[in-house]
Amino acid sequence: MGNASYFWNEVIMPVLSLTGYILLILIPLLLAVAYLTFVERKVIAAMQLRLGPNVVGWFGLLQPFADGLKLLHKETIIPTRSNPILFLLAPLITFGLSLSAWAVIPFSPGCVISNINVGILYLFAISSLGVYGIIIAGWASNSKYPFLGALRSAAQMVSYEVSIGLVIITVLLSVGSLNLSEIVTAQEKVWFIIPHLPMAVIFIISALAETNRAPFDLPEAEAELVSGYNVEYSSMTFALFFLGEYANMILMSAMGSILFLGGWLPPFNFAPFTWIPGIVWFALKISFLLFIFLWVRATFPRYRYDQLMRLGWKVFLPFSLAWVVLTASFLVIFNLLPGK
Amino acid sequence: MSYFLSSKKFFQTVKSFTLAELWSGMWLTLKYMYLKRKVTIAYPYEKNPLSPRFRGEHALRRYANGEERCIACKLCEAVCPAQAITIEAEEREDGSRRTTRYDIDMTKCIYCGLCEESCPVDAIVEGPNFEFATETREELFYNKEKLLSNGDRWELEIAQRLERDAEYR
Repeated sequence: MGNASYFWNEVIMPVLSLTGYILLILIPLLLAVAYLTFVERKVIAAMQLRLGPNVVGWFGLLQPFADGLKLLHKETIIPTRSNPILFLLAPLITFGLSLSAWAVIPFSPGCVISNINVGILYLFAISSLGVYGIIIAGWASNSKYPFLGALRSAAQMVSYEVSIGLVIITVLLSVGSLNLSEIVTAQEKVWFIIPHLPMAVIFIISALAETNRAPFDLPEAEAELVSGYNVEYSSMTFALFFLGEYANMILMSAMGSILFLGGWLPPFNFAPFTWIPGIVWFALKISFLLFIFLWVRATFPRYRYDQLMRLGWKVFLPFSLAWVVLTASFLVIFNLLPGK
Repeated sequence: MSYFLSSKKFFQTVKSFTLAELWSGMWLTLKYMYLKRKVTIAYPYEKNPLSPRFRGEHALRRYANGEERCIACKLCEAVCPAQAITIEAEEREDGSRRTTRYDIDMTKCIYCGLCEESCPVDAIVEGPNFEFATETREELFYNKEKLLSNGDRWELEIAQRLERDAEYR
């Protein structure tokens, strides 16, 4: 009897409550992903003087669900000479990883599934693993365009992770902790975008490259690679890639707002701003960064492959490295090192 | 240092490091988003104006008294570059020369308007209608009956178009 209640209290309840928390994050997240595709079409349409989807539902608000339903009842085609297990595993990896990163994102003080002390490292690791989904997809399809797309994507993601890593290091130097909640609370006086503005810009540009978004969407350059690594995918497997890409965009925006825009903190620490709950500020900052993603896509033409590599290795890497050295020396000289 | 200060290089460096051109591009798209009028037309409900020379679906016209205009001269059949027109002709009871068969294969037609140009009596015309999609190919093999009914249906618009365009011909 005692054993049973122990089992109930220590195993079943935590699992149930954790599942509850996960659903509490996943369902709004998936809705956000669905509506991000809609907002993207609307925003880009507006910038190109078009109207965008406006037929399904009021102002086209049901369009994402119509698209989802359409994808759902298409046929999942597995190419004859592909490796079916890896072929089906790849989208699951991409999608699963893009969701699992949300475990450490703090939405407001204390509101986080797992407040681990290496939160930023975990995030970095998860976003780096994302490249596996794409490589596996490209290889398992056993087809030339997906393969070329996957190669490009892998090279690109690896290159830009280096500068993202250095950007994260500058922030960590100023915080003195890898814990995401502490990174946010360290910005109570001033958001890191003000002292580290160039790093914030580099972060946003690298985030575009990391998520394979325009103008760095070489892996899926429609004009040359048809659609890149996901050429052979259809139906739900394609939908998972699609959702994964957009979930990654939201994740990178969340990361950007935690690192540079003060996460859940209001812009000014006095009355009318502090009344609004932290999660609303966090959502607003994420939306702002997402708008930049879409805005950039509507504005700039695609980079050429060598330009992309030049930018990553010959501009961002030295510049962010210099900034790390600069920040570190500044903190040491003025004896401002955190944790002292 | 003097290299940087003495040349345009300095300003170019500042320009590229502040991303000045990227910002001006983004400012442009932002202005377009909020300030410019949208150009989309809600197609089935709104339509663009058509030129009087627009070459749409074919029609065979009649005179005001109901007599068909076509005299079976077969100029259109001869001029048609896609050979989409087939005409057979016979003498009618009253002695006038008329077609017994006038077919246009709309799947062959390239809408060049040469039939219209060549017609001496303005019988075959390409009207303003462009919404004649069908579900089968067979429905696009037009015969004389179909073409004459098109003529009856669109006569008002066709006559107006010919009148508007007449001074340029």
